[in-house]
Amino acid sequence: MNNTMLHIQQSRQKRKRRYIAITSLLACIALLLCGTMLMLGNTIYPVRDVVRVLLGHDVDGANFAIGTIRLPRMLAGAFAGFAFGVGGYVFQTMLRNPLANPNVIGITAGSSAAAVFCIVVLQASNTVISIASVVGGLATVLIIYVLAKGASFSIGRLILIGIGIQAMLNAFISYLMLLANTHDIPTALRWLSGSLNGMKLESTYPLIIAVIIMTPLLLYFSKRLSMLELGEQAATSLGVDTNRTRIVLIVGAVIILALATATTGPIAFVAFLAGPIAQRLVGSDFSNVLPAGLIGIILVLAADLIGQFAFSVRYPVGVITGIIGAPYLIYLLIRINRKGDL
Amino acid sequence: MKDTHTLEAVGLTAGYDNKTILQNVNLSIPANKISIIIGANGCGKSTLLKTMSRLMKPTSGQALLDGKSIHTMPPKKLARVLGLLPQSPIVPEGITVADLVGRGRFPHQTLLKGWSKQDYEAVAEALDMMNIAEFADRSIDELSGGQRQRVWIAMALAQQTDILFLDEPTTYLDITYQIEILDLLMELNEKHGTTIVMVLHDINLSARYAHHLFAVKNGQLVAEGAPSDIVNEQLIEDIFSLKCRVMNDPVSNTPLILPIGKFHQ
Repeated sequence: MNNTMLHIQQSRQKRKRRYIAITSLLACIALLLCGTMLMLGNTIYPVRDVVRVLLGHDVDGANFAIGTIRLPRMLAGAFAGFAFGVGGYVFQTMLRNPLANPNVIGITAGSSAAAVFCIVVLQASNTVISIASVVGGLATVLIIYVLAKGASFSIGRLILIGIGIQAMLNAFISYLMLLANTHDIPTALRWLSGSLNGMKLESTYPLIIAVIIMTPLLLYFSKRLSMLELGEQAATSLGVDTNRTRIVLIVGAVIILALATATTGPIAFVAFLAGPIAQRLVGSDFSNVLPAGLIGIILVLAADLIGQFAFSVRYPVGVITGIIGAPYLIYLLIRINRKGDL
Repeated sequence: MKDTHTLEAVGLTAGYDNKTILQNVNLSIPANKISIIIGANGCGKSTLLKTMSRLMKPTSGQALLDGKSIHTMPPKKLARVLGLLPQSPIVPEGITVADLVGRGRFPHQTLLKGWSKQDYEAVAEALDMMNIAEFADRSIDELSGGQRQRVWIAMALAQQTDILFLDEPTTYLDITYQIEILDLLMELNEKHGTTIVMVLHDINLSARYAHHLFAVKNGQLVAEGAPSDIVNEQLIEDIFSLKCRVMNDPVSNTPLILPIGKFHQ
């Protein structure tokens, strides 16, 4: 064993330890926030009561507040946050541009529009809404891809077309809101920027099931995703079947993104922020699927806690994540413009 | 020493959309040697390289590795035998040199395991060979163009293939780095017997470093052989439409071409 080998082995193991430590820390913070979501509210319950309610015991008054109100809200926020984080990271890495994320290029808007259409026009069941949101998300990807393909494919053009599509879809959602005579702003806000208000336990099931099934699949493909990041040709020469890998990654990511959107609405900018924050924290040497998902959870739950308790008025979670995300979008646009990448 | 493989093009025809670029090319890559493809811009040399390394699908004909079509082989299996350094690979932000080179180990790894001892050995060997072991922990964004190119070649070396394709590995590098890269490739060929196939623009350097030249014009192979056998004034005029004088390179004893332009007769 020569010096170089010893050296790279040691420093890679060091990087790996750091990666595991930070990922574990993120997991702890996410769990802590989940617990806080259950404890905080009009009445603050101690940990002991929360645990007892979760174990199925009767606690005076706490069962309704924790079991019926806070638990669905927490589960929806955590799973949607994870889905947005992972889905965003997959798209950003695959397309090698942080702007190429589901929030900016209209994938979540596509799912949202499909869900709203089913609710308002068809008055459809939850199953139909779930399926429609997945179809809406995939259709949006397909439309953007076909339009971006043209004479020669460019990611810059794909992003610009996506931004256009997203604007159209948001206009369509607003139109449907008017059609439905929905004058209540919370509902409109949910479908445009996301909200966890009034969540019911049974409406979180499709999302939870999809995340549990799709996460291992995406983790399994994450190594191929890292190869894809080196470019089409390099990935091919390393033995990656690039077309098949892309299809699996897109379908897997769109399914969780779409069901998250159908549950909470497209919570603004979470899919956009999670990947770059994860990269800043743990680097790009290992797959960032899990860290990005955990940061998604942290962003959504922290933003929801802030929205609920930090101000005299309660704000839906999407308003808070929007306030954090919009400046970052502008920063990124300026930076990319300077580099001349778009 | 690397295994000896046969790699042949049989009636290879390829192109983009409706435009045929490569027309009915038949050739056999000499095993354990350095082959260089030369030709004018747009003549199809890059398409030839891409089709032979399965980056492009031929419209007809086949590229055969040991008699089997490379376009139907399992991709990972092929990637253990045949590697390619693309012209412009993309650098992921914030990745360290060692881990980027380690990505070359992908075809040897099972998906759920971490790096094996062989992986560390291959990466260390590639870093040492390219003289970039000192940068192992650095982020690749911090390196210069020449250093980066060595990192990419190291990634291709870590793949430990018997055959290595390189698409213009010296483009954008100054003359010092060009020589350094070509010397390293020659060393790789001599030490390990790796079959190397590359596209180069510089004919004089091609004549120095190639055991075997393939001259391509209008998508067809017009000449092949050892540089001293095939490089002459007629061939250069044929493939580049350029008048030149050919003399003996006093340094390497290979053909040296001196181009003749409008002002220097």
